[in-house]
Amino acid sequence: MTPKTTTKFGIYGGQFLPEILMPAIEELTAGYEKYKNDPEFTAELDRYLADFAGRPTPLYHAKRLSNAYGVKIYIKREDLVHGGAHKLNNTIGQALLAKYMGKTRIIAETGAGQHGTAVAMAGANLGIETVVYMGSVDMERQRMNVYRMQLLGAKVVPVESGSKTLKDAINETLRDWVAIVENTYYIIGSVVGPYPYPVIVRDFQTIVGNEAKDQIMHAEGRLPDSIVACAGGGSNAIGVFYPFLDDADVDLFAVEAGGSNLMVTEKTAYHSASLCTGELGSLHGAMTKILQNKYGQILESSSIATGLDYAGVGPELAYLADIGRIKPRNVSDDETLDAFFELSRLEGIIPALESAHAVAYVKKAAETGELGDVVVINLSGRGDKDVDSVAKRAGF
Amino acid sequence: MNIEDKFTELKTRNEGALIAYICAGDPTPDDTVAIVHALVRGGADVIELGLPFSDPIADGPTIQASIERALDAGMNPDIFFDLAHSLDVSVPLVVMTYYNIIFKRGLERFVRDCVKSGISGIIVPDLPVEESDGLATHCRTHGVDLIFLIAPTTYPERMGKIADRGSGFIYLVARIGVTGARDDIAESTLSLIDLVRGTTQTTTPLAVGFGISTPDQASAIIKAGADGVIVGSAFVNIIADRVNVPERIEELTRELKSAVL
Repeated sequence: MTPKTTTKFGIYGGQFLPEILMPAIEELTAGYEKYKNDPEFTAELDRYLADFAGRPTPLYHAKRLSNAYGVKIYIKREDLVHGGAHKLNNTIGQALLAKYMGKTRIIAETGAGQHGTAVAMAGANLGIETVVYMGSVDMERQRMNVYRMQLLGAKVVPVESGSKTLKDAINETLRDWVAIVENTYYIIGSVVGPYPYPVIVRDFQTIVGNEAKDQIMHAEGRLPDSIVACAGGGSNAIGVFYPFLDDADVDLFAVEAGGSNLMVTEKTAYHSASLCTGELGSLHGAMTKILQNKYGQILESSSIATGLDYAGVGPELAYLADIGRIKPRNVSDDETLDAFFELSRLEGIIPALESAHAVAYVKKAAETGELGDVVVINLSGRGDKDVDSVAKRAGF
Repeated sequence: MNIEDKFTELKTRNEGALIAYICAGDPTPDDTVAIVHALVRGGADVIELGLPFSDPIADGPTIQASIERALDAGMNPDIFFDLAHSLDVSVPLVVMTYYNIIFKRGLERFVRDCVKSGISGIIVPDLPVEESDGLATHCRTHGVDLIFLIAPTTYPERMGKIADRGSGFIYLVARIGVTGARDDIAESTLSLIDLVRGTTQTTTPLAVGFGISTPDQASAIIKAGADGVIVGSAFVNIIADRVNVPERIEELTRELKSAVL
């Protein structure tokens, strides 16, 4: 037997799971090891990424935004991936892995509906039964995404427990997996959860950084001074950061949801900034930085961007923050909205509210010179899904 | 009282153990005291007290709702240990909670608090054997049992590891799924008992839980060779009803206990 590789990133990560799931996690680990470099698997995945997802996505020099913010800005256009976000990079990869592993049913949790939609697309395309769990509060906030998933043939199951948002949807999906583990593959939507998920999702998202690296070299003849990405669970952030980790001159900024403010109560955080303010603990199968009270109860997080509204963060990002390789930052809901409007008006690109966090931080940091001369923003998704809520907020 | 001593005592009387789970603090800490006494009067041999966690991924809707009621009523680890300390009962007490609650308090402090408050064992449903080195060390040092689960999906090599690491009793998960009362007993549950014993040669008692709610089920489990049965949701359902709770808890306990005699 080959020696078991570590399941941790420093003190983060691991496999804090019910025993009933451990064999499934071991099966997943073995399945991923078997297929990740399998020529047939990678060739098929490459085809899907090119012809179905629409990759590579452009790296776009945003001239007017650059002028407005006073720093040369390139935007990695993950908003142009089929489905409107980077999420499909991961879901098509995992759905294909599920198929290679002989699973006949895929399940997933979703917050904003972006991941759920991307799972439904992958499930439909590969012809696999798809079930998506979604908090009923989130379903109300993102009704069109619910319909979109149903349109794609997925069954959307409302979750009525707890805060009825993402963390409860994750709990419910894990319960489903516990109940029907033999034929079911759980497609996690971010670099969270037990090992090997943080590695699998990272690997499938690394294509973003690989492309960006080639593209910026082509455009500028050098690496950028900094890369800025929003981080909830952190999959788009680690995806764009990962190929640059060894390039010490490239500063990597993970921008979290600062919400209305950074205050917390006994049960609630008015933000979702786990990297910036969280403490070590175990959530959804991994040790990571989490928003919790003094007794270890998980706080209900909040953000204007549903997709960032999560009380934890990927364990590898927590590790990279500890060793100083990435710089955790946060911006408020209001700063995010300003950036949402500015990118729309200056570049004709309506960003997802999640991605607008990264734009907002560039605006803030460009003033201090922290970002250097050339910055890449990973624009993880488009904002069509948010137009309704922003219009309401703006009194339209 | 020590858990394995309790099982030994029951074995000499040729009885199966009835292990009862309730979530502490549902609906209030005072009610928990009354419920625990009702369980003891009814003949429960071991009492598992749930220490509620906000994200109970291994529990089904019945126990999750109980956990939410307890949290809403203000249950926390400080109150929990005070409550356990105040319980003057003759049966072993076991705490069942999720790892973050233990980790946040500090592994050693948590184990010491168990000792101080008269709790003999700890069950952590989201702590597989691979992640248990730290907690297991403190449990050994302080003489507290760390109780592990074996599931129908657990393959023989893992069973061995789990049996070696655990003490008190081994918690066999009756069927695939989360906690919650069900009507039937899977054939695979009965064969799992033999499989675990045959594979691990363990002398640690085996108790079967998840989905057991009736005397017939309890009786079948003991006849199949288990040392004990664990019943949770059936008690929690009574607590959720809020009607004649101690009386009905005592009655159900008595029926279940007589089925495992």
